[in-house]
Amino acid sequence: MLLAIDTSTGTSVAVVGRDGASGELRCLAETGTDDTMRHAEVIGGFIHEALAVAGISGSRLSGVTAGMGPGPFTGLRVGIAAAHAFALGIDRPFVPVVSHDAIAWSRYRAGDTGPLQVVTDARRREFAVSEYDGLDDDGLPVRVLGPELAPRDAVPEARGIRFDATIVSAGAVGMLAELAFAAGRLPLAADAPLYLRAPDVTPSPGKRVLQ
Amino acid sequence: MNRAEPLILGIETSCDETGVGIVRGTTLLANTIASSMDEHARYGGVVPEVAARAHLEALGPTILAALEEASVSLDDLDAIAVTSGPGLAGALMVGVGAAKALALSLDVPIYAVNHLVGHVGADLLDTADPLETPTVALLVSGGHTSLLLVRDLVSDVELLGETIDDAAGEAFDKVARLLGLPYPGGPEIDRAAIGGDPKAIRFPRGLTQPKDQAAHRYDFSFSGLKTAVARWVEQREAAGEPVPLADVAASFREAVVDVLVTKAIAACTDLGVPRLLLGGGVIANARLREVAEERTDAAGIDLRVPPLSLCTDNGAMIAALGSQLVMAGHPPSGLGFGADSTLPVTEIRVA
Ligand SMILES: [Zn+2]
Repeated sequence: MLLAIDTSTGTSVAVVGRDGASGELRCLAETGTDDTMRHAEVIGGFIHEALAVAGISGSRLSGVTAGMGPGPFTGLRVGIAAAHAFALGIDRPFVPVVSHDAIAWSRYRAGDTGPLQVVTDARRREFAVSEYDGLDDDGLPVRVLGPELAPRDAVPEARGIRFDATIVSAGAVGMLAELAFAAGRLPLAADAPLYLRAPDVTPSPGKRVLQ
Repeated sequence: MNRAEPLILGIETSCDETGVGIVRGTTLLANTIASSMDEHARYGGVVPEVAARAHLEALGPTILAALEEASVSLDDLDAIAVTSGPGLAGALMVGVGAAKALALSLDVPIYAVNHLVGHVGADLLDTADPLETPTVALLVSGGHTSLLLVRDLVSDVELLGETIDDAAGEAFDKVARLLGLPYPGGPEIDRAAIGGDPKAIRFPRGLTQPKDQAAHRYDFSFSGLKTAVARWVEQREAAGEPVPLADVAASFREAVVDVLVTKAIAACTDLGVPRLLLGGGVIANARLREVAEERTDAAGIDLRVPPLSLCTDNGAMIAALGSQLVMAGHPPSGLGFGADSTLPVTEIRVA
C-alpha cells in the first residue's frame, strides 16, 4: 500500500493498494482540490483524510510516492516535501513519479490509444509538454519526449491526441508506482522536482511583520 | 504526551537556513543547519526561489542529521514544531508541508509557531538562569529588524517597532556591495572597519529626529543611511579623492549600531523594563554587542545574548518555543495553518 501525493496542479492525495480479497490493484482513497493557491494549508488535512478513508495508519504503508512535476514550483514543492517527510517518518522508501506520466496513464486507461500529447500550464506564457506512444507490456506509459517547456503559441503539433490537463490524480501517481514496483521497474524517475526552468533571481525584499 | 519535559523536533525554513533542532524541555539536544548562503552570494542577497529549492533538498538529510546528533529516534518525539511565519512564503511552505506530514506519519501533535518569538525562545535553552519577563527583545538579521515587548513568551508578545524599509542585515549587505565587498556584508564591513574611525563621518540615524518620535519611536529605517553612504562615496570619487574605506565602514556600522541600541534602550526605559535580549544573525557583529553592553550597563539594564549558534536562524529556537507551549499546556495547531509571510508577533502559536 502506498500513500500518493501530487501538488503539481492542485492538491491530490490518495492511498493505493491491492484489494484484500481479489488482489486487484486499486485506489483505496482519493481526496483533493483544484485550488492552486493553498497547497500548504490543505496538504495535512488531505493526508489525514485519505488514510482515514482507506482505514489504515501510516505504519501499514509500504512506501510513499509523489508527482515530481512539472508544475508551478511553490505548490509542487509542498507535496514533495510532505511525501519525503512522511516516508522518513514511517521509514519506508520514497518513489518519485513524473506527473505527466500519471496523466497519460489515466488517459490510456480511460480508452485513448496511440500517440498522446500531455500539456499543462507552466506559467509565464509557457506550457509543459510531454509526448507518449501508448502503454508498454508492464502497463506503463511510453514517454518519447519531454517533459519540456514550449511557448503557449508554439506547442509542437500533436501526432495524435492533445490533452490539456488541469488536474493530476494522486491515485494515478500511486497506481503507476505500484505497477512499476510489481514489474521491477523502479526507479521510474529521479528524486528531483521537474522545474524545467532556472530559478528567478529577483532578490527578496526581506521579511516584514504587519503592524 | 510528556508535558513536563517534552521531546520536540523544530523545523525552520523562513529564509536561507534549513534548520532542524531537537530539545527536551529546555535542554538542547541538536541544532543542525544547512545554509544556502553560498548560492545567494552571487546575487548579493537572498533569492527566494533559490532558498526554497535548497530547503527541499536539505530538509530530509538535516532531519536525519539532527536525530543522529541528539541520539533520539523519530518514535521518541512528543511533538513537531514548525515556523509558520514571518518569512519568505515559498521557503516557509517547504517546512510547513514537511512538518505536517512528519507529524501525521508519527501520529504526534504539531505546533505552528512564530519565527520572531522563536528567536526569544532560544534564550531559554541550556541555561541555569532562565529568561525573566517582561523583557524587551531586539531581533536583528538580514530579514528582519524588530523590537518586541515580551510579557510572557507563550501568551503575550507585542511588536513595539520594526524596520519600515531595509532590515539592518540587508543594509550591511547593500553597503558592502557599494563598497565593492562580497556578500554577506556584515563580516566584510567588520573586517573593513578595522582601524577606521567610527566618528570620521556623521552618517544619518534614521527615524531619530524629534518629529519621528510620535509615529516611529521604536521603528527603524536604514535605506536613507545606505543612500547617504553611496552619495558620500560618489562625491569623494567625483572629486578624485581616495575613499577611506576603513572610516566609511566604521562610521556606517556605528550609525546602524547607534540607532539599534538607542531605540532598544529607549524602549526599556520608557516601559520600565530593565531587561534587553538580543537575537538574530546581526548579533554576530562584535561592535553591536560591545555598544549594547556599554549602554545597558550605564542604564542599569540586564543584557542577555544567547550563544551565536542560537541567534542566527535555527530549528532549535523553534523547538524551544514549541516545548514552552507544550509545557504551558497550550493545545497544538490544527492541520489547516499555512505559511504566513507577515505573521504578526501576537500570533505566537497559529491555531
Ligand atoms: Zn530570524
